Amino acid sequence: MSDKIRFTIDGVEVEATPGQTIMQAADAAGIYIPRLCAHNDLSPFGSCRVCTVLVNDRPQAACTQPVAPGMIVENDTEQLRQVRVNIIEMLFVEGNHYCPFCEKSGNCELQALGYRLGMLAPKYPYMFNEHDVDASHPDIYIDHNRCILCGRCVRSSKELDGKNVFQFVGRGLHKKVAFNSDTDLSATDVSVTDKAIENCPVGAILRKREGYSVPIGQRKYDKQPIGSDIEARRAESNR
Amino acid sequence: MAEKLGTAIGEICELFSNDPTRMMDIVREVQGRFGHVSSEAMDLIAASVGSHRVEVESVVSFYSFLSEKRKGSFVIRLCNDVIDKLHGVEKVADAFREELGIEFGESTPDGRFTLEWTPCIGMCDQAPAALVNDRMMTRLSSDSARQIVRTLKAGGSEDNLTHLMGDGNNAHPLVKSMVMNNIRERGPVIFAELEQGKALHKALSMSPVEVIKDVKTARLRGRGGAGFPTGMKWEFTRAAPGDEKVVICNADEGEPGTFKDRVILTERPDMMFEGMTIAGYAIGAGTGVVYLRGEYAYLRPFLESVLAERRRKNLLGNCILGRENFCFDIRIQMGAGAYVCGEETALISSCEGLRGDPKNRPPFPAQKGYLALPTSVNNVETFCCVSQIIDKGAGWFAEMGSRGSTGTKLLSISGDCTRPGVYELPFGIKVCDMLEKAGAENPYAVQIGGPSGQLIGRDDFCRTICYDDIATGGSVMIFSEERSPLMIAHEFMEFFCEESCGYCTPCRAGNELLKERLEVIMRGEGTPEDLDYLKQLGETVAFASRCGLGQTSPNPILSSLKNFRGEYEKLVRKNIDGMQPTFDIHKALAAGEELQGRKSVIYTD
Repeated sequence: MSDKIRFTIDGVEVEATPGQTIMQAADAAGIYIPRLCAHNDLSPFGSCRVCTVLVNDRPQAACTQPVAPGMIVENDTEQLRQVRVNIIEMLFVEGNHYCPFCEKSGNCELQALGYRLGMLAPKYPYMFNEHDVDASHPDIYIDHNRCILCGRCVRSSKELDGKNVFQFVGRGLHKKVAFNSDTDLSATDVSVTDKAIENCPVGAILRKREGYSVPIGQRKYDKQPIGSDIEARRAESNR
Repeated sequence: MAEKLGTAIGEICELFSNDPTRMMDIVREVQGRFGHVSSEAMDLIAASVGSHRVEVESVVSFYSFLSEKRKGSFVIRLCNDVIDKLHGVEKVADAFREELGIEFGESTPDGRFTLEWTPCIGMCDQAPAALVNDRMMTRLSSDSARQIVRTLKAGGSEDNLTHLMGDGNNAHPLVKSMVMNNIRERGPVIFAELEQGKALHKALSMSPVEVIKDVKTARLRGRGGAGFPTGMKWEFTRAAPGDEKVVICNADEGEPGTFKDRVILTERPDMMFEGMTIAGYAIGAGTGVVYLRGEYAYLRPFLESVLAERRRKNLLGNCILGRENFCFDIRIQMGAGAYVCGEETALISSCEGLRGDPKNRPPFPAQKGYLALPTSVNNVETFCCVSQIIDKGAGWFAEMGSRGSTGTKLLSISGDCTRPGVYELPFGIKVCDMLEKAGAENPYAVQIGGPSGQLIGRDDFCRTICYDDIATGGSVMIFSEERSPLMIAHEFMEFFCEESCGYCTPCRAGNELLKERLEVIMRGEGTPEDLDYLKQLGETVAFASRCGLGQTSPNPILSSLKNFRGEYEKLVRKNIDGMQPTFDIHKALAAGEELQGRKSVIYTD
């Protein structure tokens, strides 16, 4: 076991293998670090910054930062909770999110994080930016209003679907997800079964005719807070 | 036409070996030849280099010098940074508007002219300034602006616009520019003479490890502003596994108010290339790349001629100066208008033909940089220092400046002063002494280090310029009492909003929110609580952003809040009636009142 790396997260000793990120090691140890752009099946991206932790007092994204022996990681602190709420609120005011009637409500990771982190009404003013929708595809609906630019669709299409349907264009506030076509989504080789469709954490990429087949109130995060599955591992090992 | 486009694009891609990592060169060439990179062109490029259309679009949409929409044969880009505004750029803008009959962001109906704003183009010492295609036009007045348009309308080309050449190499036949060097003070490092090849000869008589040791003994730190020890960076890059390594020179001088690299590139290119070659030897690199900002394209032919001369003299190329194992060459990579590409990992992305998104670190460039090869990225001025250190000795260099900041620093000074220009001064100089040299008669606020640096007031004028006190990559902007610190901060926030790559949330959204609330305060609608709001929001952006841009972008607000708090307090008022001062009931009702065709009976005036 000499190749194991030991470090602490909020004082809890964690064991990791070299090459793991802080997030991977924390997940394995049953410690939940909030996240949006990170996804188990995808390469680390580091764009949402929700997983920001303090590593030896320096802010780092847990999803991209590799583990190192003896590092002291702070995760579940009031300071970091506040930073994360601030970031979540920024996402809420930059897009146009309508939780009460969004098809993704209850399965949405942004909404679930808002609840988990104790976010109330955002303290920042809504920007009411204009965004497009694309309903050209027979089975898929894209609403840029609800996009958080996490890049999961971009990565999923490349890394899991073996395609190249999505990519970012523009910069700053004008940055958005574009499709590999000169017209609209229907002109791409995207398919409703693509992982790129499934892995969207919010209501930006939706399957048509599926909206409310599971009633709101009976959905994933209606039953338990986001991150509970990870924390269950720790409860399990402590038993 | 379609076939013609297809043939042309095929040729252009072929010119760059159909290599998708040379995308920047390809799309720049297409833009130059056709005035845009059309949707059709994107498809053709993607097919030629074996990429996807959306990947090409991703690059084109990122850089401000590239566009899908067709631009005029003459693109006039007028610089609107804060210094140009102090020097009356609005009048120049009006002259362009009137003469062309279009607004900024528009093209003339005949497709001949496009008028655009652009952030700092490195001419603050001779503002207002504009680019006409690749041509630099400086010290503009409304008269000269009109003359430019009239000359071009009468069938002239950019070549007919420059009548008086600038000094030094600005008058070189390959530059032919009206730009002035404005070298105000020559120091012993950058502006001292150095015979071509002398430092390289000496370096090759040493071992690579000895060269690095000299750079470390000189305690040279990066001149771009961050101040990382150069020798250590080289050591890491040398030690990284892999046979192929890369040296990159960061000539993307984009920090508003900085123009010292412009002068080095004009007057000391040999010293810079020599420093790069020495770095190549020390690190064990075969490839050198100069990333030259798109705004400085006017210097490229001259720089290429210097490179060609060095190749002829065997100071570059194979078996340099007869050393069988030392092959090193340099190519120039043009940027295309994106401030974030001054960040070293974004710069590497751009060199690789991608959007200028910064990369996740680790791995650091020294481990995995350009094309995943170990790479050392250093500033233009840093490479010049290296040449002098090798030639004149580490001890000689380390004796200058202060303990933690050895040597001299080039400062680009502009704004409210009588002697704007480039100064080579020893590190450790006091701000007040620097201001006196620059002829700043009544300085009230000084922005040191550009927008990402600090706005300081009189209380701090006794402090010193060095890495351990007030660090700077070279930008010093001086403001008199007539200028409002809030106005200055606002200019810079607009700049950061424009230049954020948009990758991470805090920088993309947070800077917009900072700007919004600053505007609320400037309109006189702010409350004292808004000052805390700005501070906390600014701290979140600085804390959580992914790269140096976002980590420093709140500085204009945070530093002006700290050093000019009274200016903010003058503008905010306590909220006594419990109503948000930002909320204007009449304004809110106006649209409804208009629709209904009657006034509110409750909220009357």
